[in-house]
Amino acid sequence: MPKTPTSQSKSANAETVAFRGGGFAPRPIGLVGAMVFVFLIAFWEWGSRVGWISQLVLPAPSEAFAAFQELVVSGLLWKHVSASVTRLVTGWISGTVLGLLVGLSIGLFSLARAGLVPLVSAMFPIPKIAMLPLFIIWFGIGEGSKVATILFGTFFPTIITVYGGVDNVDRNLIRMGQSFGLTWFSIVRKIIIPGALPAILSGARISASIAIILLVAAEMIGAEFGIGAYILLAGSLMATDQLIAGVALLSMLGLTVGWLIGKAEKYFLNWRA
Amino acid sequence: MDLRLEGISHNYGSLKVLEGINLAIEHGKILCVVGPSGCGKSTLLRLIGGLERPSAGQVMQIGEAPSDSLNPLTYIFQDFALLPWRTVAGNVNLVLEDQKLSRQRRKDILENVLERTKLSDFADALPRQLSGGMKQRVAIARALAVSPAVFLMDEPLSALDSQTRELLIEDLVDLWTREPFTAVYVTHNLAEAVRLGHSVAVFSRRPGQIRQVVKIGTPLADRKVTDPELIDRQDYLWRLMKDEALAADLELSDA
Ligand SMILES: Nc1ncnc2c1ncn2[C@@H]1O[C@H](COP(=O)(O)OP(=O)(O)OP(=O)(O)O)[C@@H](O)[C@H]1O
Ligand SMILES: [Mg+2]
Repeated sequence: MPKTPTSQSKSANAETVAFRGGGFAPRPIGLVGAMVFVFLIAFWEWGSRVGWISQLVLPAPSEAFAAFQELVVSGLLWKHVSASVTRLVTGWISGTVLGLLVGLSIGLFSLARAGLVPLVSAMFPIPKIAMLPLFIIWFGIGEGSKVATILFGTFFPTIITVYGGVDNVDRNLIRMGQSFGLTWFSIVRKIIIPGALPAILSGARISASIAIILLVAAEMIGAEFGIGAYILLAGSLMATDQLIAGVALLSMLGLTVGWLIGKAEKYFLNWRA
Repeated sequence: MDLRLEGISHNYGSLKVLEGINLAIEHGKILCVVGPSGCGKSTLLRLIGGLERPSAGQVMQIGEAPSDSLNPLTYIFQDFALLPWRTVAGNVNLVLEDQKLSRQRRKDILENVLERTKLSDFADALPRQLSGGMKQRVAIARALAVSPAVFLMDEPLSALDSQTRELLIEDLVDLWTREPFTAVYVTHNLAEAVRLGHSVAVFSRRPGQIRQVVKIGTPLADRKVTDPELIDRQDYLWRLMKDEALAADLELSDA
């Protein structure tokens, strides 16, 4: 038999080298995420219908959905959501803007760094919920205290991500800017801020989640409208279907915020490939 | 405009990096600086361009910079230092935006330098889409945009593969032949030094001192890779450097 390459590779002491690379590279897979949701909800609905899950323990998704429809029909949905979103947006934006300013000064000025970093480290871990009674005294039981809770809750993490981002800007780029005689202001605006933007945006993701958590907590005290108030009321009436509807509303809010930040990342960081 | 380094010494804390450097940088000529790793070549370049202050001695500018020069001392960096979030045109524009120029003038400069570096078709590309050689051409375009009196180049080609390097050497020779510029060109690569340098300053190991300044007479445009005279010069430079390089290699870097 002639010795062709194939016959050679089948000979006794020749083997294909085993493949051992690959993996460790997560890639996006389309609908899987949505399918997990659908499957879980279907399973839950089925469990409730069969009587596997008692109504007392957990209302069926369909009931929660009915409660949600009631909200829509009565027009209360809009009132609750708009009250919450207004607080969320005012609190988060003001916290983020202030955090950006303070974080940038810490990143740029030695004096600000020396003076403020210890203070920030001391204040960051304080749960802002614990401060709520004080905020009520300072800013009133109305919108003030609620916005303040969210503001302070987002302010500190923003400071930390911003100055971390500024510290990580490639020093060679800054050196380059100086060597071309760019003004200080230009260097900050055109090199430092865009360089810190990836860190700032991932910080925004975290601070937005913190803001939602704080929003609900703050709305549980002295609020007439708001998703938190709705959930609290449902809870105290043991209206678990409404409670689930409220919680679902929160997670939709979270998803929306996450999606918006994702859009912002795509838009601002398109240079990152 | 010429530059003269007078008795430059520099140290970082107790680490003596440069000692007693006297050197003339002549108008319209390329001065190559070679020396073992860590002998202070990059430091010297930072001192020349005013990014750092020498511990002793001074860098003197002789004569006025040409009036059309927007940034007389201009660097080209080893790592290109391009802003990844700006396009090729944006990166060049960056250094023009702070200058008092009319919109039209800015546009003209941009077009001119992109054309000189053969980048006109890539004005809207982002750095991540470009090869290393292209990135360095963008950096060269950016430097040309401010019409420097002196280019300060710190191993501009050492991050590139040898074919790209060869192409860029030809580009630089071309640019120089069309319009002679002044440059201090730091390199590790002796072949590069003999291709581009009108003179080559050989540094000793740290603390860096000048061992010799070797002149090379052949006009830049006539230098070929295989030119026996250049090979001879290169060999001579290598013999000057060899012992220093060996000794420098054996030193602990955090000494
Ligand atoms: N900012 C700094 N602070 C302290 N030491 C420094 C600093 N910059 C450089 N050095 C030290 O000074 C010495 C000279 O550094 P320099 O970068 O100038 O050398 P070089 O000749 O450019 O080396 P290479 O050939 O590796 O680029 C090195 O030992 C380096 O560790
Ligand atoms: Mg160096």
